Amino acid sequence: MSDSTGHAGHAMDEVHEHIVPVSTYVAIFVSLLLLTALTTGMAWVDMGRWNLVVALAIAVCKALLVVLFFMHVKYNKGLSRIALVAALFWLGLLITFTLSDELTRHWEIYPRGWAGAILPMFRHLIF
Amino acid sequence: MSSTATVDHSPGASAEPQINYLNARYGVRSWLLTLDHKRIGLLYLGTITVMFIVGGIAATMMRLNLLEPQGALVEPETYNKLFSTHGIVMVFFFLVPSIPATLGNFLIPLMIGARDVAFPKLNLLSWYVFATGCCLMLYVVATGGVDTGWTFYTPYSSLSSHTDVFLAAMAIFIGGFSSILTGMNFIVTIHKMRAPGMTWFRLPLFIWAMYATSLIFVLATPVIAVTMFLLMLERLLHVGIFDPALGGDPLLFQHMFWFYSHPAVYIMILPSMGVISELITAFSRKKIFGYSFIAFSSLAIAVISFLVWGHHMFVSGQSVYAGLVFSVLSFLVAIPSAVKVFNWTATLYKGSISYEAPMLYALGFIGLFTIGGLTGLFLASLATDVHLNGTYFIVAHFHYIMVGGAVMALMGGLHFWWPKITGRLYPDLWARFAALVIFIGFNLTFFPQFILGYLGMPRRYAMYPAEFQALNVLSSAGASVLAVGYVIPVIYLIWSLRNGPIAGPNPWGAKGLEWTTQSPPLTENFVKTPIVTEDAYNYETAPEPEVARV
Amino acid sequence: MSEAATVHDANPTGFAHQFEDLEQQREAGRLGMWVFLATEVLFFGGMFAAYTVYRSLHPVAFDIGSHLLDVRFGATNTAVLICSSLTMALAIRSAQAGKKKGTIIWWLVLTIILGALFLFLKFRFEWYHDYLEHTIPGVGFHNLPQWGANAPQVQMFMCFYFFMTGLHALHMIVGIGVLAVLTGMAGRGKFTSQYFAPLEISGLYWHFVDIIWIFLFPLLYLAGGRYPH
Repeated sequence: MSDSTGHAGHAMDEVHEHIVPVSTYVAIFVSLLLLTALTTGMAWVDMGRWNLVVALAIAVCKALLVVLFFMHVKYNKGLSRIALVAALFWLGLLITFTLSDELTRHWEIYPRGWAGAILPMFRHLIF
Repeated sequence: MSSTATVDHSPGASAEPQINYLNARYGVRSWLLTLDHKRIGLLYLGTITVMFIVGGIAATMMRLNLLEPQGALVEPETYNKLFSTHGIVMVFFFLVPSIPATLGNFLIPLMIGARDVAFPKLNLLSWYVFATGCCLMLYVVATGGVDTGWTFYTPYSSLSSHTDVFLAAMAIFIGGFSSILTGMNFIVTIHKMRAPGMTWFRLPLFIWAMYATSLIFVLATPVIAVTMFLLMLERLLHVGIFDPALGGDPLLFQHMFWFYSHPAVYIMILPSMGVISELITAFSRKKIFGYSFIAFSSLAIAVISFLVWGHHMFVSGQSVYAGLVFSVLSFLVAIPSAVKVFNWTATLYKGSISYEAPMLYALGFIGLFTIGGLTGLFLASLATDVHLNGTYFIVAHFHYIMVGGAVMALMGGLHFWWPKITGRLYPDLWARFAALVIFIGFNLTFFPQFILGYLGMPRRYAMYPAEFQALNVLSSAGASVLAVGYVIPVIYLIWSLRNGPIAGPNPWGAKGLEWTTQSPPLTENFVKTPIVTEDAYNYETAPEPEVARV
Repeated sequence: MSEAATVHDANPTGFAHQFEDLEQQREAGRLGMWVFLATEVLFFGGMFAAYTVYRSLHPVAFDIGSHLLDVRFGATNTAVLICSSLTMALAIRSAQAGKKKGTIIWWLVLTIILGALFLFLKFRFEWYHDYLEHTIPGVGFHNLPQWGANAPQVQMFMCFYFFMTGLHALHMIVGIGVLAVLTGMAGRGKFTSQYFAPLEISGLYWHFVDIIWIFLFPLLYLAGGRYPH
């Protein structure tokens, strides 16, 4: 146990790198182009506030494809994933807590019941 | 294979001209182009000392001015620049890099049994980046300074101030990249460069603290960088995203600023806690109480520190609901901090305690940090904060953390590892005397400020009502005692470089890989990569101290 | 001397003395880049956070502002960057698979050309056009009457557009510089199937810059929708 655990990273990342076939790369590439066409096309469809949701969902899919395949996160376990998750988590903290102020600043100080507390939030969430 | 951690108890001290990292090469070039983490640590030490002196001069002038209610020395405009200079220089260019970039750089590879950090060139680059930021800041100070306070709140900083906010923001922007590079380097080093057998739970607690600090470096600093970048753009273009005329929200700046600057407080205090953990065990000659609690409380502090920044904005116009959440979360930080204090105290219990200078600093730290931390709870409470916000109570509170905590720990750490860094011992009597002077001077300076703040004296004013004069004079008198306390170590430490007794590899009889190699260490740190076979702080197997215990 | 020192002397190009072996060095480099990318997420993240706040406060103005941008160039540039990510991935793959240095250079040069094409389209057909149309904040921004009371916030949107795409373009320029250095290294035959860490690490950076654009495109160009209002 004791002598083997130095340079602890060795065991976690695969030592012999998996060589991704060209066909995989091309398939990802084509998917990315299709998703780009899709997201652009959706801009001409009126879905109200869902336009933003759909656009962001497609962007997340594209980003995932790049991260998993082009950036090899699918093949490398461990620390790269932790770095990625940590970055996104902390970005989430920044946005969530800032919005927790910005979106509740105009709430009444003494809400009348739960409805009074919850409803104003949606007034500011209209994109 | 069976060679243990004690690798290099060589006849070093007796064989006179021993090769080490200091005498391996000579000349200015050998320092300015060095890739040795130990030399880079010393480059940082020199740089932050210069910045400390600059910030200290500004503080001295402020305290002199406050001797009289009408202001004894300077115009109010100048006073604004003095407290801004003091804050910016001390926070961004002294405290943030203080322990990580000096002791951290010097000790991390030694403590984990590595030859160097993972990226030595990046390490040197980060010093150059930092030095560039320092030079820019000194240029700003020399050409008139800024008057925004260290917080640069918009829209005053972006639209109104007539001082050189652009360059000051750029100095912080540049300095920030030094923090990012250092944090990256430390994280990778701690993950990938540990010696065989140096498992995570055998790491010295200083390393855990540095790891937590590096997380904050890496995750918080980019946000202050982009905030300063946006501020610079706004100064340059006279239009920007914090501009109220365009529907910009000044509080957004405060959110982004404190997303970094609150965790930055923990950049200052976490490494200090790491140092204190090392000192307490070494001078109690006892295994630390609750190793894993201290280790995980460092990580907990690093994470929670990101959830509390809104407590700086309780009276700024922030939503009351957000204030409630931030208030509750702020109380949470007290838990891991208290865990550490209790563990240190428990370590002292039935320890074989001696009172060398580093230990005096460590004990001083525990007391002062406790006061600073507990007064923080007053400020985390929404209602009391309304009364205390913007008063000297705040000033006193964060100086108890930053000076009573971070600077005391830096001094303690410097005294503890000085024999390792320089190969020389300093006069212990003088060192203990200085520690006492600093402790007394510090309390004399800042305790009256708690009272002043409670009575309602606002911070950042050049003048005050006459009834506050007695306490202000007391505070200024304390500051002069504190200044003397800082000058004494400078004198005897420099004296010791040539005249101090030669130190052996382990003058304190302490545990840890850094004490198993010669003093000063080789450029490559260890003759042979050490193999670790035991937990940290196993003082039952510790060698006897070379110096007499007091 | 120690074993490590002899390993050092015997090792191929690119091995640094502080590591025990090439594998440890490669892992350290890769982790370092991932940590750096985490800082980049937060660096751009500051702007994304500010954008989120203001868009939720001024939704109408952001829709109007979005219509000042030309979707055709936004979409084309997205495609250009996706192509460059593919060529970058293939450059790394050809090193990994032990292809000739000519192949690596070919993919790298193609990546550089695509990156430059992105910047050319952005600056020549978008920023220059904006300059002529007076829609650059701080450089003679002209309000249009139909914006009405939203005019200041429209300018705010354009601030975000220029700051975000500008910062992204800056990263592209740095990336192209890095690729140029890599091409030089490839020309000197530095990369083998055993040693291609610099390519791999720079590739991570290049893909990351691509991902930033993948989010900028919908947030800036598609904000208002293009259907008739």
